Amino acid sequence: MDKEQMRLLKELMEVEFVVLETALYLNTHPNDERALRLHNTYSQKLSELESLYQARYGPLKNTGMSGCPWAYIDGPWPWEINFNMS
Amino acid sequence: MWIYEKKLQYPVRVDTTNPTLAAMIIEQFGGPDGELSAGIRYLTQRWTMPTNQGKALLTDIGTEELAHWEIIGTLVWRLVKDAPIDKIKGTPFEAHYVNHGKSPFPHNAAGEAWTAGYIQSKADPIADLHEDMAAEEKARATYEYLIRVSDDPGVTDTLRFLRQREVVHFQRFGEALRILQEYMDNKKYY
Repeated sequence: MDKEQMRLLKELMEVEFVVLETALYLNTHPNDERALRLHNTYSQKLSELESLYQARYGPLKNTGMSGCPWAYIDGPWPWEINFNMS
Repeated sequence: MWIYEKKLQYPVRVDTTNPTLAAMIIEQFGGPDGELSAGIRYLTQRWTMPTNQGKALLTDIGTEELAHWEIIGTLVWRLVKDAPIDKIKGTPFEAHYVNHGKSPFPHNAAGEAWTAGYIQSKADPIADLHEDMAAEEKARATYEYLIRVSDDPGVTDTLRFLRQREVVHFQRFGEALRILQEYMDNKKYY
């Protein structure tokens, strides 16, 4: 995994974490409009980043599109990525 | 249903090979207050949770726990994957190695296999949410012990993240309990 892929992956992980955290909060505060705005903004950002990442590096889920050959199987798998390198 | 996302929830950094630390961290892979117990506990309790807030929370936190289980397995794997046999012999990881090699396996740090006896689902949402809040606090305490025994800055960083998640989950379950109590009070009077 080169530096650019790792940078984009980390950014994706950060944005996804924001969305996960706002979602948990919204589960018990469904009428909090400020939290909803935050969630929706980052949800949009996550979709854009996922599209960008997957167009370059292949599907993150097996429901995604791929060129030939099927890139979902390509390593490194998540437990093989060495985040020391960054 | 579930769909796998090909990424970790948090970037795992392991600075040095350390089979002894791996043997301790496996507590959270297959111990009573570990991530597997947490995930299976919350996902199992969903069918008898009456409020939508509670159903959503058990689903999402249960799912997040499985992502934490993957992080713990990754920590264990990276701590042992490059270890030559003479760095395993004489460490607490040796007993694990003679059965499972370098594969993570769901048992606690003392080698006791994971069992569903670690979890509970009572079809009583008040009892279940109290169990869940206690589980989060017990997991937080375990992470604090693990942080004390860790001498690897990368591992400690990941453990701190996981400890913090326990605190957030405890908070959310407390809110779900309050919502549930209001729901039950309303049912009584209307």
